[in-house]
Amino acid sequence: MAKQLLKGNEAIAEAAIRAGVQAYFGYPITPQTELLEYMARRMPELGRVFLQAESELAAINMVYGAACTGRRVMTSSSSPGVSLMQEGLSYIAASEVPCVIVDVMRGGPGLGNIAPAQGDYTQIVKGGGHGDYRMIVLAPATVQEAVDLTRLAFDLADKYRMIAVVLLDGSLGQMMEPAELPPFADGAALGTPPAWALTGAQGRPKNVVTSIHLVPEDEEQFNQQLQARYAEIARTEVRCHEYATADADLIVVGFGTAGRVAQTAVKQARAQGLKAGLLRPITLFPFPEQRLAELARQARGFLVVEMNAGQMVDDVRLAVSGQGRGGLTPAVRFYGRMGGIVPLPDEVLGALKALAETAGHTPQPSPVSCLPLDGGPVAR
Amino acid sequence: MLADVVLEPEITYTRPAALADTYTHYCPGCTHGVAHKLVAEVIDELGLRERTIGVAPVGCAVFAYNYFNVDFAEAAHGRAPAMATGIKRVLPDQMVFTYQGDGDLASIGLGEITHVAARGENLTVIFVNNAIYGMTGGQMAPTTLPGQKTASSPCGRDVEATGLPLRMAELLAGLPGTAYAVRRSLHNVKEINRAKKAIRTAFQVQQAGLGFALVELLSSCPTNWGLPPLDALKWIEDQMLPYYPLGDYKVADGVEQL
Ligand SMILES: Cc1ncc(C[n+]2csc(CCOP(=O)(O)OP(=O)(O)O)c2C)c(N)n1
Repeated sequence: MAKQLLKGNEAIAEAAIRAGVQAYFGYPITPQTELLEYMARRMPELGRVFLQAESELAAINMVYGAACTGRRVMTSSSSPGVSLMQEGLSYIAASEVPCVIVDVMRGGPGLGNIAPAQGDYTQIVKGGGHGDYRMIVLAPATVQEAVDLTRLAFDLADKYRMIAVVLLDGSLGQMMEPAELPPFADGAALGTPPAWALTGAQGRPKNVVTSIHLVPEDEEQFNQQLQARYAEIARTEVRCHEYATADADLIVVGFGTAGRVAQTAVKQARAQGLKAGLLRPITLFPFPEQRLAELARQARGFLVVEMNAGQMVDDVRLAVSGQGRGGLTPAVRFYGRMGGIVPLPDEVLGALKALAETAGHTPQPSPVSCLPLDGGPVAR
Repeated sequence: MLADVVLEPEITYTRPAALADTYTHYCPGCTHGVAHKLVAEVIDELGLRERTIGVAPVGCAVFAYNYFNVDFAEAAHGRAPAMATGIKRVLPDQMVFTYQGDGDLASIGLGEITHVAARGENLTVIFVNNAIYGMTGGQMAPTTLPGQKTASSPCGRDVEATGLPLRMAELLAGLPGTAYAVRRSLHNVKEINRAKKAIRTAFQVQQAGLGFALVELLSSCPTNWGLPPLDALKWIEDQMLPYYPLGDYKVADGVEQL
């Protein structure tokens, strides 16, 4: 199929439809709304379910119910709406029913604004709801990647009976780029509903979907089962994009749009003689900690670029801690913009040069955050 | 010699197939068990056991799925109607019902129940009103009567501070998507029989695709009311009935003919 000029939000919607999504439930919120509107048009055309819920709280619980039937289902929202879904996400994770969530992030906290941001890293990657659960988190940096990862999200959700999240910022949701859509998933390949699904207990014992384990030993055992699955995923499902890392001694790390901007900065840095490289995690859970640890052996410093006050940077620090030559920890610096501002390549290049001047193979003291007095970007 | 006369015992009642052969965790004298039995009998009589999906609440009935022999999901507190919506929209041929307490339905889940009624969602809702939060140990519910003492209204519900109890059957009857909204009681045999008829109608409304159907059941909570079981049934009659009159608050066109 040829490339088409597609808007991020709509491309994700069409990719989900082609992945065989049978039901969509959602609530309008900028900068995600085109996805919902696209579904409102397309799903009924295909005889599938579209329903605008009365809130994100209802939407996620409709997803929960529909997911219990074993069909492919999804919702999409943006940061404040995803906050409201956290209760449901915890229940769904604990019930082991698969579904897909798309979070098109905007500026926060609070009502914030509708400009692109990456402030949901913590609530999505670490699990903003109660208890020890994880979701598979996929972070595209282009419209094409958003299309591809949407398909992957459904496949991984089904495979592991987990929630898979496509996490992107508002600029990618709103941006138009050429992208190629995949063919429709083969209906037969999607198969009959799995054995655990609620479909009416016809000729079989009843099925129950629940998240309660009242006896502490049972609850602990169930948690161990979940953790074992998460550990398996951490071994097998890590994905990242690398650029010029082979001989790099300065590694820039960023996901989604921040990673894409950082790649331009890395190119500029190379042109100026710096041995810079980029690691852009595509899966945020599982996190590419192994690969970062490997890179720590060759790198004198890491620069983490995010559109938030520094959320993923903590995971980078953990991954490289003590992994440098001689068991030392390479320098880890952070450059971030907040409030819905996308960093420019020049800014990232500046931060990279500052890192190049100071970072060596000496033990690093624990990092101290400092906010510039003029209220500019955060650097620490 | 006299021939042995063997009298075959006549079986007049058996446990419905839709009800599991197990003990329940309900307190002695609690009418949740009666409500379960009625729902199971109706599911059997309408031949729906193999194509019904229930949604359990958070509340004393949280383990309802252990007691019914049908597919079941367990919802978050108050969200059963939204979850049921998701199931019903994907599987419209299944009979989907929620079973909810008054804290679940009338307090934390007021938004969800109101919107399923507003949408005229084809669902059956069994609403057990015991005027209290049972599971958490007897706190005030939105249905707690004026002056009623609970663990969180120790001096009696002060309506100046907390308002008056919600009459859910009446409230939901006012929405255009509601096809059937009635209140029944479980305090004596006659009312239990009437309750069963209403539950039957509420499932038939769904079968016929007429819209949202709710049966509110006045129910006892001897443990948290601090009353022996029989006194608790009397308390329903004396205290609850005056504030919560039994009756049919919405019977839409077409329901009568079912
Ligand atoms: C979000 C959330 N808030 C509070 C609770 C605690 N909780 C469990 S059951 C319940 C009240 C249930 O009362 P009701 O719905 O009247 O049912 P009953 O137990 O009386 O049958 C509460 C507040 C919870 N489980 N989840």
